[in-house]
Amino acid sequence: MYAFDFVKPKTLAEAVKALGAEDAQALGGGQTLIPTLKQRLAQPAVLVSLSGIAELKGVKAAGGSLTIGGGTSHATVAKEAKAYPALAALAANIGDPAVRSLGTIGGSIANNDPSADYPAAVLASGATVVTNTREIAADDFFQGMFTTALEPGEIITAVRFPVPEKANYQKFEQPASRFALVGVFVAKYAAGVRVAVTGASTEGVFRWTEAEKALSANFAASAVAGLAVPGGEMIADIHGSAAYRAHLIKVLTGRAVAAAG
Amino acid sequence: MPKDGIGASIKRREDVRFLTGTGRYTDDINLRGQSYAWFVRSQVAHGKLNKVDTTAAAKMPGVLRIFTAKDFEGVGGLPCGWQIHDRHGKPMLEPKHPVLAEGKVRHVGDPIAVVVAETEAQARDAADAVVIDIDELPAVLDMKAAVAGGPLVHDDIGSNLCYDWGFVEENKAATDAAFAKADHVTTLELVNNRLAPNAMEPRAAIGDYDFATDMHTLYTTSQNPHVIRLLMGAFVLGIPEHKLRVVAPDVGGGFGSKIYHYAEEAFVTFAAKQLRRPVKWTATRSESFITDAQGRDHVTKIELALDKQGHFLALRTETYANMGAYLSTFSTAIPTYLHGTLMAGTYKTPHIYVNVKAVFTNTVPVDAYRGAGRPEATYQIERVIDKAARELGLDPLEIRRRNFIKADEFPYQTPVAVVYDTGDYDATMNKLESLADLAGFEKRRAESAKAGKLRGLGVNTYIEACGIAPSHLVGQLGARAGLYESATVRVNATGGVVVMTGSHSHGQGHETTFPQVIAEMIGIPVESVEIVHGDTANVPMGMGTYGSRSLAVGGSAMVKATNKIIAKAKKIAAHLMEASDADIELKDGKFSVAGTDKSVEWGAVCLAAYVPHNYPLESLEPGLEETAFYDPSNFTYPSGAYACEVEVDPDTGHVKVCAFTAVDDFGNVVNPMIVEGQVHGGIGQGIGQALLEHAVYDGNGQMIAGSFMDYAMPRAGDLPFYKVDHSCATPCTHNPLGVKGCGEAGAIGSPPAVVNAVVDALQRAGKKVSHIDMPLSPYRVWSAIQNA
Repeated sequence: MYAFDFVKPKTLAEAVKALGAEDAQALGGGQTLIPTLKQRLAQPAVLVSLSGIAELKGVKAAGGSLTIGGGTSHATVAKEAKAYPALAALAANIGDPAVRSLGTIGGSIANNDPSADYPAAVLASGATVVTNTREIAADDFFQGMFTTALEPGEIITAVRFPVPEKANYQKFEQPASRFALVGVFVAKYAAGVRVAVTGASTEGVFRWTEAEKALSANFAASAVAGLAVPGGEMIADIHGSAAYRAHLIKVLTGRAVAAAG
Repeated sequence: MPKDGIGASIKRREDVRFLTGTGRYTDDINLRGQSYAWFVRSQVAHGKLNKVDTTAAAKMPGVLRIFTAKDFEGVGGLPCGWQIHDRHGKPMLEPKHPVLAEGKVRHVGDPIAVVVAETEAQARDAADAVVIDIDELPAVLDMKAAVAGGPLVHDDIGSNLCYDWGFVEENKAATDAAFAKADHVTTLELVNNRLAPNAMEPRAAIGDYDFATDMHTLYTTSQNPHVIRLLMGAFVLGIPEHKLRVVAPDVGGGFGSKIYHYAEEAFVTFAAKQLRRPVKWTATRSESFITDAQGRDHVTKIELALDKQGHFLALRTETYANMGAYLSTFSTAIPTYLHGTLMAGTYKTPHIYVNVKAVFTNTVPVDAYRGAGRPEATYQIERVIDKAARELGLDPLEIRRRNFIKADEFPYQTPVAVVYDTGDYDATMNKLESLADLAGFEKRRAESAKAGKLRGLGVNTYIEACGIAPSHLVGQLGARAGLYESATVRVNATGGVVVMTGSHSHGQGHETTFPQVIAEMIGIPVESVEIVHGDTANVPMGMGTYGSRSLAVGGSAMVKATNKIIAKAKKIAAHLMEASDADIELKDGKFSVAGTDKSVEWGAVCLAAYVPHNYPLESLEPGLEETAFYDPSNFTYPSGAYACEVEVDPDTGHVKVCAFTAVDDFGNVVNPMIVEGQVHGGIGQGIGQALLEHAVYDGNGQMIAGSFMDYAMPRAGDLPFYKVDHSCATPCTHNPLGVKGCGEAGAIGSPPAVVNAVVDALQRAGKKVSHIDMPLSPYRVWSAIQNA
């Protein structure tokens, strides 16, 4: 890596101030950023670690919603998000134990890797992303591969999930990275069903609206079987063609519905 | 007999240091005044190297010197250790492999310049400032295109065809004639996928030079430090062996990739003298992917001729073997003498002809990787037999049994030059049938079907040739080295034993198993025996560890030396007890005079050897130390029968390995636990090759699978619990321990079992899939189902 300055503020206010410096970069759990720095693919002047800020951490359930601090590790979510079992299960299956101990939900969705797991949960849940300056609806937050609605220096303080009646996440792992080759999160609310897909699209995480419509009418795996595979431009690489990914979306959606019960 | 001698599953003594983080690997060594090297490597697969401008980089902080090809004028190229002659007797094409690229770059990762600086970070910073001017040339990657007029990798040799080898050339006419008369011919085209070795410890090297004594020392991650001393000293840098010490301390896995002499080793040794400073280099994982010699990469057409009853009449193959951009140390021997010689498998096929075209491409050099040629041979044979069985409506076990070399037919001369000494292939297959509960397969298949999964069963056998030898034969075949092993056994005055072996342990557990042999022979505790290896200053000579040769060859040398020790010790004991040498017996660490109650302890004899107050000085020298060299009279031939059961998810193409059973004949076994561990690891690598691993390049020669994000290593969750057995032992007839070697078996025997199982699963489900090329990734399997 290239040389950089490192600061570890104790409060959100200090962090915001530190991020005002030129070429400053927020550091969550570092599970993407540190390897990127090691490869010399990024050259921030200042790294502002968010890991020392107590107010960014924790899981709270209240009034039908679950609020997770932006700096909360995957391991903590896996253990403490009991109010939302499908989300806890998703967190428990991200990466490996080392990644889960360090990686954070805020870091994951701010990075918006097209193969990451959390974006599917956030979008399928219609969650709200809370930052130091505003609240952003999930539908507005994800804006394509590695792109979000976040402004420079804006920090995710929490993600607020409405807890669904039923939900399930199905992840089909890419054989090498074990990221999602395709991941489908299905969440059933009184108002309808939401289906979000990660890993597959060149646009990053997206909602499969045809499946949502069919499942809102009939929440059964058979409701998906009759659908055409989703359109849109899918990722193609050595691990799978676009057609294979589109096919997997349909298979995994059906399985998620079946598993959600 | 000591309780921890031959046959005891004692724990690995080396694991104490490995598991407590106190191992000493090359990168753990830091010398006073050490500097750091960072290699500037080609980013393109093929290009004309116009200019390397180091002006700005040389002014960067901490830079000591920047080296380019100019600094290596007069230095030799990295040598190839085996000269192959082609079908017409013509020697192979052998282009120069310079330490740093001269005029042209030939693969991504080809070293162009090296920055040496005070710290690694400074070296890397300056390396970024080296300006390289390259005219990119079209890269040649496909082997058939390469020999059909593709761009030349080496302009000076005029062809991309290194050799066109026929084996046995005299068999060709009879083989073709047998095909012409056959009732049935089964043909299969297949690819043996290229693999990246990925030892846990990346390569590293430290060069050191002592001006006062004019002595060079190289610390390196090597499986064979003496071979590196010879190759680098004699062929590259011109340093005589007595002025060059090579140390390979703890090494974290090799799998073949640390046999070879690499440019980085020559560089640090050379630069240390130039700079009069130690120079250290440690590969990053990314560098490992583009510089460690890779494995396999064969494209083969195999044909099997049979009669109506399924008897094999003849076998012929045409294989394109990728050499990559340069000839790595043993690259040329792998697709020839380690592959063609094994094409008989465990079967009586009267006529066999093997054609191998070795091809240069703009890729990382290819050389031996766990199994080396033998997995490629086994895979072809066992896949084409499975296909033939299906075409003839024969049971896959039955067609194999019908063609096995029978237990009473050994020694068996195959049509591909080698003579198998022992084996009992029916016995291993019978054992497999019961251990894997093949009778219960249909029931398990029905259970899988209930869950929507397609279950399949794959069975195969394998044979391998280990302990490649004898030297006079391999010399005739083109080897530029002998393939013996040496051992010095030093007995100390107080009875402890130190064995200096030319074998090198980098995961095999020699520090545990070799003492077990000595303990058994002398009758002393294993704790009294220490193994020294991996340092040319401490061990007289060594050919190192690869090809499952350590116990069969290195162990035999140790046994020879120990027998000399025992013979001398008996003379000392005879003197002490005033008896005749011939009457002395050694048992449980005690010498006794046959038919009397007189005895003397091992320790007393050792003490007498070094404090020779009462000693036959007129006829015997003091001391108790012996050296032996052992050159085997033949290969050893481990064999086995493997079974794999898989479940295929028809909706996703995902393959789950549900069960894997391995029945191996390794001859005698010293430490069953370690042997089983070797088999487990080998099967893990074999399943990795079959389902996951693929070193893929794009059309420009960039390695797409150049990190663990895209190169799929097997993980615990990908592997089942194995059933392994080595009870069907037919001991080797020509080495003193009767051992055959077990290090590569799992990697050789397992890929065809997995692929046979997947094809079986699909066939049973009515999918007309006769073959899928490895790795059988979910995508490939799903695609095969779609296209069926």
